[in-house]
Amino acid sequence: MSLIEEIDFGTPRSKSETMVTLTIDGKEISVPEGTSIMRAAMEAGHQIPKLCATDMVDAFGSCRLCLVEIEGRAGTPASCTTPAMNGLVVHTQTERLKKLRKGVMELYISDHPLDCLTCGANGDCELQDMAGAVGLRDVRYGYEGENHVFAKSNGDVNPAWLPKDESNPYFTYDPSKCIVCSRCVRACEEVQGTFALTISGRGFESRVSPGMSESFLGSECVSCGACVQACPTATLTEKSVIEIGQPEHSVVTTCAYCGVGCAFKAEMRGEEVVRMVPWKDGKANRGHSCVKGRFAWGYTNHKERILKPMIRERIEDPWREVSWDEAFSFAAARMRGIQTKYGRDAIGGITSSRCTNEETYLVQKLIRAGFGNNNVDTCARVCHSPTGYGLATTFGTSAGTQDFDSVEDTDVVVVIGANPASAHPVFASRLKKRLRQGAKLIVIDPRRTEMVESPHVKALHLPLMPGTNVAVMTALAHVIITEGLVNEAFVRERCDWSEFEEWAAFVAQPKNSPEATAILTGVDPNVLREAARTYATGGNGAIYYGLGVTEHSQGSTTVIAIANLAMATGNIGRPGVGVNPLRGQNNVQGSCDMGSFPHELPGYRHISGDAVRDQFEAMWNVRLNPEPGLRIPNMFDAAVEGTFMGIYVQGEDILQSDPNTSHVVAALSAMECVIVHDLFLNETANYAHVFLPGSSFLEKDGTFTNAERRIQRVRKVMTPKNGLADWEVTIGLAKAMGFEMNYKHPSEIMDEIAALTPTFAGVSYARLDELGSVQWPCNEKAPEGTPVMHIDGFVRGKGKFVVTEYVATDERTGPRYPLLLTTGRILSQYNVGAQTRRTDNVVWHAEDRLEIHPHDAEQRGVRDGDWVRLKSRAGETTLRAEITDRVAPGVVYTTFHHPDTQANVITTEYSDWATNCPEYKVTAVQVSPSNGPSDWQKAYDAQARHSRRIAPAEAAE
Amino acid sequence: MSPDRLIYMANQIGKFFQSQGHDKAVPGIAEHIRKFWDPRMKRAIFAHLDAGGAGLEPDVRQAIASLKEATALPTPP
Repeated sequence: MSLIEEIDFGTPRSKSETMVTLTIDGKEISVPEGTSIMRAAMEAGHQIPKLCATDMVDAFGSCRLCLVEIEGRAGTPASCTTPAMNGLVVHTQTERLKKLRKGVMELYISDHPLDCLTCGANGDCELQDMAGAVGLRDVRYGYEGENHVFAKSNGDVNPAWLPKDESNPYFTYDPSKCIVCSRCVRACEEVQGTFALTISGRGFESRVSPGMSESFLGSECVSCGACVQACPTATLTEKSVIEIGQPEHSVVTTCAYCGVGCAFKAEMRGEEVVRMVPWKDGKANRGHSCVKGRFAWGYTNHKERILKPMIRERIEDPWREVSWDEAFSFAAARMRGIQTKYGRDAIGGITSSRCTNEETYLVQKLIRAGFGNNNVDTCARVCHSPTGYGLATTFGTSAGTQDFDSVEDTDVVVVIGANPASAHPVFASRLKKRLRQGAKLIVIDPRRTEMVESPHVKALHLPLMPGTNVAVMTALAHVIITEGLVNEAFVRERCDWSEFEEWAAFVAQPKNSPEATAILTGVDPNVLREAARTYATGGNGAIYYGLGVTEHSQGSTTVIAIANLAMATGNIGRPGVGVNPLRGQNNVQGSCDMGSFPHELPGYRHISGDAVRDQFEAMWNVRLNPEPGLRIPNMFDAAVEGTFMGIYVQGEDILQSDPNTSHVVAALSAMECVIVHDLFLNETANYAHVFLPGSSFLEKDGTFTNAERRIQRVRKVMTPKNGLADWEVTIGLAKAMGFEMNYKHPSEIMDEIAALTPTFAGVSYARLDELGSVQWPCNEKAPEGTPVMHIDGFVRGKGKFVVTEYVATDERTGPRYPLLLTTGRILSQYNVGAQTRRTDNVVWHAEDRLEIHPHDAEQRGVRDGDWVRLKSRAGETTLRAEITDRVAPGVVYTTFHHPDTQANVITTEYSDWATNCPEYKVTAVQVSPSNGPSDWQKAYDAQARHSRRIAPAEAAE
Repeated sequence: MSPDRLIYMANQIGKFFQSQGHDKAVPGIAEHIRKFWDPRMKRAIFAHLDAGGAGLEPDVRQAIASLKEATALPTPP
């Protein structure tokens, strides 16, 4: 194995379909019109020396190293900024060019330290490479003159010298090594879209400046790493490279954080990760990354990681480290004991959307075939289950309709209840790039999110009151119907016309107009009308939505309303349009595909279907139960009632992530066997009897399926630190329970999935290795996968319009709880924070804060940074306030990344009518000044400390 | 399982189907409960119906009655 070298073509690929032919160094080459001469030469196999050009950003033409000569043209033009044209005859190496390039390099090196042997970039430095390429042997100017290199010059302080900026936890900025090629500045602008960097000064004073000459950490920098990747020298370098040295081999794998599913090269030295570098051929991320995937992988060897199985009789006891066998037989005996005592349906499990498809599949197989019931659910229950219901009802299948590339063809982007800049940052960068090219943006969100405030992006913002999504969606439809903006040809051809007419009559009712609903929604009717017209008539309209849509008592209704809008305007079935749920976790799509829901087998087929069950029964050699099992919230209710007494939880922290923590605590405490399978003693483990240590994504093979249905390989780069990959743990537990599953490698599990699931029939590891990735569905009809769905018609046949009546949630504000709390995420932390809190990402977000409008804060005597008590009907907690007008008066907002805040102590048990997805996004609360932690927090902390004790091992004889 | 919670859930399903009119609502509600409720939940709501079905909206009550008619739930193993 060796390092995967990616070719840098110098300038981006041209999308033109017209070809031009030219001659470079005597070779004839045809390239798409708009391709630079530099890129054309590289495609012909000739590398023109360069420093300021890289193919992730547009050509800039500043380094003067890539000069060429063109027959019939005067001078020596830069090849990066000169387009290829028919009939050009180009020479990349002539006596004149050699001399010029040597002169340019001599000047660069005269202001650069010569510490190559001890430099962090040694072996990976383009400046070093170019000095070699041009044959630089001598620098005639010496190093005594004015420079940026030495702290002292001729005995005096050198004002041009700047010290290293080490403020960012993951990379350093060493100004003395900077050649001011501005690749970092352009990467920040063009790739990331943050505009945190600039070049300050001019001429010899020019230098890279984060913000207004601030530190990297103090600036707007979001630490995505694009600048570090772009830097040709050691100026911006990963601290891990400085500490360890250059990697020697690399493996392509998939990030285990959010639903974007970025492809990375894990660059290794032996079994040690040196750095994670986004892979340019990754079709989800196209070579970009965010602070989590790029840098926040240190949790995989954090000291708190548990590597040995542990058991205990009662949760009050300290943990006891045992062998795998002892842990499996202890767990199996308890689970089987519960079934004997309380019945076969008294146990169940939760699959993890962080684990691979193969692992998820095995857990649901263990439950259905081994436990003998269908009590299996997954964390998609609490995030995107309404997407499953809503899109299956209207379109016929539960999945986003587009690939991420589709955004490049979009003219109007509608973002509803999602904040991609924080939660799906790499997709957000691609979206912002398109917006800067002129696409229009409509944001429907109670908060003025980072998307609304992005630089060089103008958003039409509809700041609705939390809980009124359906009213806003129906009002948008009202405008489209009553103003005659329907795409009638599309609807007549693709949808059920009589259902459409029924729906159109409903939305056209005056009670659904923007003016009539404004009193509920708080949205200016004129702005809403403008948004509807823009979406319906502005060209390709694409809707992207998140948990702000689904996590409501009318979550499924809102998804249906979104699908109605897309169908009515004909925005389905081609690139640039569609309905796109932004999935939270890396493998939410996959865990749903794999049959994690209690009512359906892999491939979204209901468990009551005899034909489907027959197929699985034949392959698994068992009888399957035809009745649906319990969903997560039902499991908790049944536990409190005493009919659900044992649970196997793989890779999910239900105690921290599920609503109404006190109810979850009551449920877990009532159970007689809680098995937690995780990397860390998470909050749920405080109530567990068995702890099975998990393995990280670096330690196992498998596949993840991202938000655009893309199935990508996860590749093992090191031995599992806990000894077993997660799929092997599930097999071990199953065996102890008397249910044998025999697989030697996860690829065999995928083969079984493909054999049983028609939409996965074409998926195999060989296929994935060959194509890099495939988008589900992948079968004989679509052997290379399906980038865009519903192209010639909907999966269900005719698209189905469904009436969406607004029903207010029962969670109401009143005199005691006058404010509405809504929750969300922040860029640097991920979900419950189990991973990111164990990395240096805490420098950006060390605690959850409560965002409150200045008006509400003043009324309550709350100042910025004060401790406040946040109280709902469900519970209370304390945290510090952040005063901001990002939220409207009457609305407060917080994140749920930290267990000591426990935002879910506050959230209630109200849930989506169709799927029981909890209503995280609307809770009536009161805020008041406070002195410190609530009684709940103190008691919780004491219990957690007590519960995490591990008994010291007995001395060996 | 606590009938109060199940009554609430059933009525919530009913509210979505209400706007589709009685004729579509009753089978819609029944099908939804058939597809997504586990046997112990179904048994509990059927038992509640037998006990008078207090608190259930008319369409929901009718849907549960029709579902009960059509369902042969296995006795708990």
